Amino acid sequence: PHMSNQVLLFLIVGKNEPLYEAEIHKRGSTGNSDAVARQSYFVLHSSLDLVEKSAWVTQNMYLKVVDKVNQQYVSTFLTAGNIKFVLLHPGRNEESIKNFFYDVHELYVKLSMNPFYHYDTPITSKEFDKRVKAVARRYLS
Amino acid sequence: MSKSTAASNGQNLWAKIPKANAELFALTYGALVTEVMRDADGNAHEVNEQLEKIGYSIGIRSVDEFLAKSNAPYCKSLEDTAQVVGKTAFRMFLGINCDVQQHSPTNFSLILQENPLSLFVELPENYKETLQYTILYCGVIRGAMEMLNYKVECSLVKSTLRGDDVDEIKVDLKQVLQDGAGDDYKEE
Repeated sequence: PHMSNQVLLFLIVGKNEPLYEAEIHKRGSTGNSDAVARQSYFVLHSSLDLVEKSAWVTQNMYLKVVDKVNQQYVSTFLTAGNIKFVLLHPGRNEESIKNFFYDVHELYVKLSMNPFYHYDTPITSKEFDKRVKAVARRYLS
Repeated sequence: MSKSTAASNGQNLWAKIPKANAELFALTYGALVTEVMRDADGNAHEVNEQLEKIGYSIGIRSVDEFLAKSNAPYCKSLEDTAQVVGKTAFRMFLGINCDVQQHSPTNFSLILQENPLSLFVELPENYKETLQYTILYCGVIRGAMEMLNYKVECSLVKSTLRGDDVDEIKVDLKQVLQDGAGDDYKEE
């Protein structure tokens, strides 16, 4: 039987590699097994091509759902510098996801103003991680 | 100079002086620090030294502008000077309110509740203890005071970038220099 996914996966992807990732646990969830986690990464990365396609269709940064696999959806947000925020989630809740993306984008812009953070490099800031997780708890759990 | 007139003087000067965009100011300084870091190959102590020297260059020039514009009265002691530096000069150039703590006749601290240079900055873990990002202020004070014949040592003892709740610059008077031309100009 297919285990309903209680964990959301959020990735920030640069030109060549993932720059940041976070697992967001819905309240009461026990987390994923390794196999399910690997499958999640696979789903997210394989949807990146579809992100490119969707980007040309609209002027918005929020690209909504770009792919659907099993019971899961991939939503995306593209920054002005072409950095992709991708979220793997069960069920559609556009409002919360849009708000999540916009708040994370604000945090990302603030991070990019830090003279010590260089564009398109892995994000190691603990402050950023803490704040993204707080935003996630606010909108997604 | 009384504490209240130094502060009100500072406020008036700040109102009249031409302003720059705060974000542009912070980002420009950030770019400068990044360049200095690149030149120094990431050696934090060298970077601190460079930034302090740059501050010194700024200080020796800013003091003339300050004296011309501020019409600050003659200071009879280091206490007066401390008030003028903290309440008038910092207010005039940076728009910030400093607290001045006099520890002794030869020693005072400036406490900054806000720091325009460190806007948006987060120090990477490996530089948190070693890089003194806003040491520029120390150089500025050292340069300005030297033009007034005070030889001082300035250090950044507290920094919000290192987790402290305020920024604190400690100024230590080492020597009062004699007026007159330097050694280079002494007759043989």
